[in-house]
Amino acid sequence: MTLEMLPFLLAFMLLVIGIYAIIAKRNVIKVIVGLLILDYAVNLVLILMGYRGSGDGAAALAPIKTPGLSEQMMLERAVDPLPQALVLTSIVIGLSVAALVVALAIRLYDKYGTFDTGLMRNLRG
Amino acid sequence: MNLVPLLVAIPLAGGFLMPILGRLSVRGRSAAVLPILMAAAMLVLSVLLLATPDAKTPPYWVGAWDFPVGISLVADGLSKLLLVVINVISLLALVFSLDYMARYTKPDLYYSLFMLMLAGMNGVVLAGDLFNLFVFLEVAAIASYALVAFGTEADELEASMKYLVLGAISSAFILIGIAVMYNVTGHLNWAKIAALVKAGGGPTLPVYLAAAFFLMGFGLKAAMVPFHAWLPDAHPSAPAPISAMLSGVLIKACGVYVLCRLVCSVFGGHEPFGMALLVLGVLSMVLGALMAIGQSDLKRLLAYSSISQVGYVVLALGTGVIVLARWGGDPAMESLAFLAFFAGLFHLVNHAVFKGLLFLCSGSIEQATGTRRLSHLAGLGSKMPVTGWSLRAGALAISGIPPFGGFWSKLLIILALVRAGADVHWGFYVPAALAAATAVITLAYYAKVQRDVLGGDPSPAVMGARPAPRAMQVASVALAVLCLATALIVVPAVRVRLVDPAIHVLAGTASGSVSAVVQAPAGAADSSVSETPAVDQENAAARPADEPAPSMALVEREVP
Amino acid sequence: MQGMSLIVKSMTRLVAGFIALFGVYIVLYGHVTPGGGFTGGVILAGGMVLVVLAFGEKFSRQVLTHGVAQASDSIAALVFLLVALGGYMVGGIACRFFYNFLGRGTVGELFSAGTIPISNLAIGIKVGVGLFGVFLALAVFRRLGERSLMEPEEADEQLGAHLL
Repeated sequence: MTLEMLPFLLAFMLLVIGIYAIIAKRNVIKVIVGLLILDYAVNLVLILMGYRGSGDGAAALAPIKTPGLSEQMMLERAVDPLPQALVLTSIVIGLSVAALVVALAIRLYDKYGTFDTGLMRNLRG
Repeated sequence: MNLVPLLVAIPLAGGFLMPILGRLSVRGRSAAVLPILMAAAMLVLSVLLLATPDAKTPPYWVGAWDFPVGISLVADGLSKLLLVVINVISLLALVFSLDYMARYTKPDLYYSLFMLMLAGMNGVVLAGDLFNLFVFLEVAAIASYALVAFGTEADELEASMKYLVLGAISSAFILIGIAVMYNVTGHLNWAKIAALVKAGGGPTLPVYLAAAFFLMGFGLKAAMVPFHAWLPDAHPSAPAPISAMLSGVLIKACGVYVLCRLVCSVFGGHEPFGMALLVLGVLSMVLGALMAIGQSDLKRLLAYSSISQVGYVVLALGTGVIVLARWGGDPAMESLAFLAFFAGLFHLVNHAVFKGLLFLCSGSIEQATGTRRLSHLAGLGSKMPVTGWSLRAGALAISGIPPFGGFWSKLLIILALVRAGADVHWGFYVPAALAAATAVITLAYYAKVQRDVLGGDPSPAVMGARPAPRAMQVASVALAVLCLATALIVVPAVRVRLVDPAIHVLAGTASGSVSAVVQAPAGAADSSVSETPAVDQENAAARPADEPAPSMALVEREVP
Repeated sequence: MQGMSLIVKSMTRLVAGFIALFGVYIVLYGHVTPGGGFTGGVILAGGMVLVVLAFGEKFSRQVLTHGVAQASDSIAALVFLLVALGGYMVGGIACRFFYNFLGRGTVGELFSAGTIPISNLAIGIKVGVGLFGVFLALAVFRRLGERSLMEPEEADEQLGAHLL
């Protein structure tokens, strides 16, 4: 259980918390919060996959081309930029889903008068 | 000019144009003109693509970033078959929507969301790398969440909320699977991942972990038991053309297609994956049929029936993968695997057609009588003859009555399973018996539907029904004719043109894009791999696009 | 919603311009520093939401009406698509969908990187206006129990198209 695995463990715990909130909570707003936590946990896992600590203990660099940085140094020490692009897209997707689900929750409150999912049981069978 | 990106670009443009047209007070029926034109153009493009052989459609590299770092749009045999299916059903659903949307207040938004969903589905089928697949999948899924809730009644909102939460969980799992795959292989391009997995001697434990996540995520999109809980609520509550799209096309393009692609092309068709598909297929088939018997709501019965029929498709495809994995070199076994693949793909095409037809007919019935409960409907055949006969055609087709196409596809599935039981392993007799029993159960509940809805004296709810408007009738009749026409796929001349390229893709023997790179020597494919695998679009200015070495297996050719 | 107290209004008057400027900076420098279209758009939307929260919903009609929001949302998305299709249609062997067909310039300069700043600008406008429209749809255009002027499907559709 090395120190490098600790962020992954934390991300996994966030994932479990998110899934627990979605499954076990009856209030729609808490389900939404669980959904958001799940999204953030998965984004965290994606970013962690891109980390690349260099062998000689030098600090990792962000993959931005500033004037003081040569390409050779970037190839050796920069972290992987691809997962960061993936996470950007995933954050946008998470935002869209969040906006949609909040709009749905507001409309559900209009129709049923409550946020309790135990009482929203029109669909049966 | 290569036409492949137009299949994604034109529906996107339609999706963005529709709100502007709505602002300019293009309402009602005239709002549907542009989407129908675009869908017809998509259909023409996809038929053209199906007509060109695989060698003439190499992967389309977006932005001139080449293998293996670029985004690619891959149109091989399987993609082309699914493209035609998607665009046919979309066009007919749009024609149906001409009259069906008369009772909703904002048709321009409906068409905009529909076009976005169509763009997403076309993109999923065309995507050549993992992350693009995920992005297009999400576009289609979010559009469908909003479309299910379009009527904003209490039922629809609750169904959409359930669908959304479960769909978001499945997307999260898919993303974790992508993260694990990226960590293991360092690439996202399918061809590259397939080559790396093959060079590594088959799937290792992390690859199995990623496959488990993918199975959970895409299994939920494909509505396989035990991930089916959203479908019986979401599909009945959506407007009828959206139910037809969701049940007929979305669960296949986003679920079954991606699973096949991953199992057969990316991971190499190894046996554990086939076994997983087989088990899930059998579970879905049996449980879907059993739960459909007791339903009193017409659309809910059709939704459970969808679960069952998709179980048939997955069952057949899983059988093909298992047979090919274990007895790959033997030509007799290979022909058996080809039969199983053909049966699965044929049933996929058939089910899209007749489930679309059944949902559209149920929409006509609901609009005419105002109810969906089977106990309140009776004697519809005399009041709405066109819809009645279309419903009868669809129900006969899905029950497997000759000469409709459904008979041939179910027969071929059971035949492939029985032959596998005889030649390969006696264990295959169990799915064969279950498939035959489920076919009988399907016949039973569809006979009940026909007797309840069409026969007898008109009930009070049906008394006021008038025949459906012209556009809805046209769409229903067109799909009913297609139900008969898909039986022609059994004819070998038709089958070779339409379905054989797809079968070869699934079996890994195609000469097309993904398999060509997998079969290329590992050295040639590695020659242009640099240290940092891919670049952000922000950093695209940081380095000029490098020309790959010409020793690559894939050579760029412009299609004139 | 009525708006908030005098302290909030005064502070917002001071700060809103800087927020908007910061958002525009992030959008314009998207190809040089971290950020780009989406993040800059979110900051712009946040600034506009702050103004509406502080000054009340009557003021929101002076900032941005619903029609203008929806129209500029769709037009910005179409500009993005046209830039992508420009790479597709501008001639030559190497043209592809989304190809960067304007001049590239040197790395790290403001005027460089071809079509990327145009795409950033289009996305920035779309996201800013779109998110502000979502906020208006959810909070301003409805009251509990009454018919709303804008269905949430509009918000969903705008957001659904943001992925692209």
